[in-house]
Amino acid sequence: MITSHLPILQVVVPLMAAPLMVVLRSGAAAWTLAVAASWTALAIAAGLFLEVAGGNVVSYWIGSWPPPWGIEYRIDIVNAFLALLVSFIAAVVIVYCRESVRAEVPRERHYLFYAMYALCLSGLLGIAVTGDAFNLFVFLEISSLSSYVLIALGRDRRALMAAYQYLILGTIGATFYVIGVGLLYLLTGTLNLADMAARLPAVSDHRSVLAALAFITVGISLKLALFPLHLWLPNAYAYAPSAVTAFLAATATKVSVYVLLRFYFTVFSGSGIFDDRPLAPIWITLSLAAMFIASAIAIFQNNVKRLFAYSSVAQIGYITLGVSFGSVYGLTAGIVHLFNHAVTKGALFMLLGGIALRLGTVRFDAIGGIGRAMPFTSFGIVLAGLSLIGVPATVGFVSKWYLVLAALERGDAWLAFAVVGSSLLAVVYVWRFVEVAYFREPTTEVARLREAPLSMLVPAWLMVLACFYFGLDTGVTLGGAGAAAESLLRGPR
Amino acid sequence: MREYLVLRVIAKMMIAFMLLFALYVQFHGDFGPGGGFQAGVISAAAIIFYAVIYGLPAARRVVPEWLVETMVGAGVLLYATVGLAGIVLGGNYLDYFVLDSNPVHGQVRGIFWVEAGVFITVSGVMLKIFYLFAGRRRNEGPET
Repeated sequence: MITSHLPILQVVVPLMAAPLMVVLRSGAAAWTLAVAASWTALAIAAGLFLEVAGGNVVSYWIGSWPPPWGIEYRIDIVNAFLALLVSFIAAVVIVYCRESVRAEVPRERHYLFYAMYALCLSGLLGIAVTGDAFNLFVFLEISSLSSYVLIALGRDRRALMAAYQYLILGTIGATFYVIGVGLLYLLTGTLNLADMAARLPAVSDHRSVLAALAFITVGISLKLALFPLHLWLPNAYAYAPSAVTAFLAATATKVSVYVLLRFYFTVFSGSGIFDDRPLAPIWITLSLAAMFIASAIAIFQNNVKRLFAYSSVAQIGYITLGVSFGSVYGLTAGIVHLFNHAVTKGALFMLLGGIALRLGTVRFDAIGGIGRAMPFTSFGIVLAGLSLIGVPATVGFVSKWYLVLAALERGDAWLAFAVVGSSLLAVVYVWRFVEVAYFREPTTEVARLREAPLSMLVPAWLMVLACFYFGLDTGVTLGGAGAAAESLLRGPR
Repeated sequence: MREYLVLRVIAKMMIAFMLLFALYVQFHGDFGPGGGFQAGVISAAAIIFYAVIYGLPAARRVVPEWLVETMVGAGVLLYATVGLAGIVLGGNYLDYFVLDSNPVHGQVRGIFWVEAGVFITVSGVMLKIFYLFAGRRRNEGPET
């Protein structure tokens, strides 16, 4: 009986955990609850994934109101893949949170931190499972508002400014999205995504469809930090508490990519609006700009967290590049890189959090020789860095291999070279860390550092190992991404 | 404003009516304009009014901080529990039809509790915001 309610429980479990933590007002109880909620969410997501892996579509009617009148949760392989990714990262990061948050967040705010974490998780999962355009907006706001709070809890006073900057840009993004949805609602009279897709072809000669597409594209691009709209990201990631950076970097932008995919390939694809419009060249140009410019900026950062934040912008470029090809290989590369990049960046930011815990800073000029003081942490960063570059046997290689295949399939060999070329920039910034960590004499302050606590090292290393495991055994990730790509390209059903 | 006798007497008279009006708006929400959100704001406004006239410490004695914070969480929990009740009674999440043997009565019952949850959370959040802003300077002292 309970299995038929998995789609809603996916959202409701973390959503109910959050207010319960506020009522209980205890940091330890809140952490326990957050662990329970995150792991339950992971189990539910795994159950849903297995259920739809065969190509089924699960439809759940909130309040028993049939769609398109009521809100429908509609889960196909794309949604399930994303829900699995988000809840997996959340389940690993929450274990890591305990020590990290104890060091970085004032004690009396711990329960609020975990409440926000659970809310953010439920918002992200809600976006992943809902089949309703406005419900999606509500979850977008739940996840965004809670992430502004999480970022503002950072130790550095600049965290407040970063959160404020993200608040302004994120709100503009959400507003643009809702304007676009409003236009579509006026044209089609429905908010259900599947129903909208069915009704859109009849009104596609209307100019408002184009306006709606433009608003949604720009709004969601702001949230996913596409290259010229990424300005909020580096500061937000650099000054947020370490655990928050690891969680958001691995999930928030990925969920926004999903929203984009859903609108482009499910809602708008049937309307013929993409015919005769140079959308692919625009996306390819912006993706290439992200890959090269953001990587180049990353090389010159002094703060390691900021460096990897800029690298995130570059990696999003790979994802959107794959998506812009619009082919099975391209989409597979884009979707599998959602997972692969999440695991890689999760590992990197979690390990950096260990340095931040012991040393209090992650600036290059302060961490010289850290490889000798914190060997496990530093070696983990190097290994995850290899995955970021795309060395064979890592997850990064899998994504880039498919990206290159997709480029060659189009006959654009230069794009394949661009992918490889921008990876060389990643070599440069990862090498910077290697040089500072291993080839500099440790200062007295660094030399007396202890290794990060086990409760942080184990989850972080789990992610590092995942970088290699899923680089060798690609059954779940690549299989899921491939099925998702094919399901998206088939269009609405 | 302790010394303004007129304000103090009038406030005392009005606060009771404000709270009563909040309840009216709360329970009239199904038939006309109103509902949990507006009623929550009105009831919070009554407490804020009390704080403005009688001072923040007096308001904190009437509605202590812990109560306000519990309200913020409890309202959402109540709302979500109504949803879960739908599942337990054999329907979907937030299914009000199954809350009573008569589906229409079930709808009324569902709305009643959901609005109660909204009321609790909204008045809790309004008061929390007010306490945070009003208590700021007292705790931190003047900036310069």
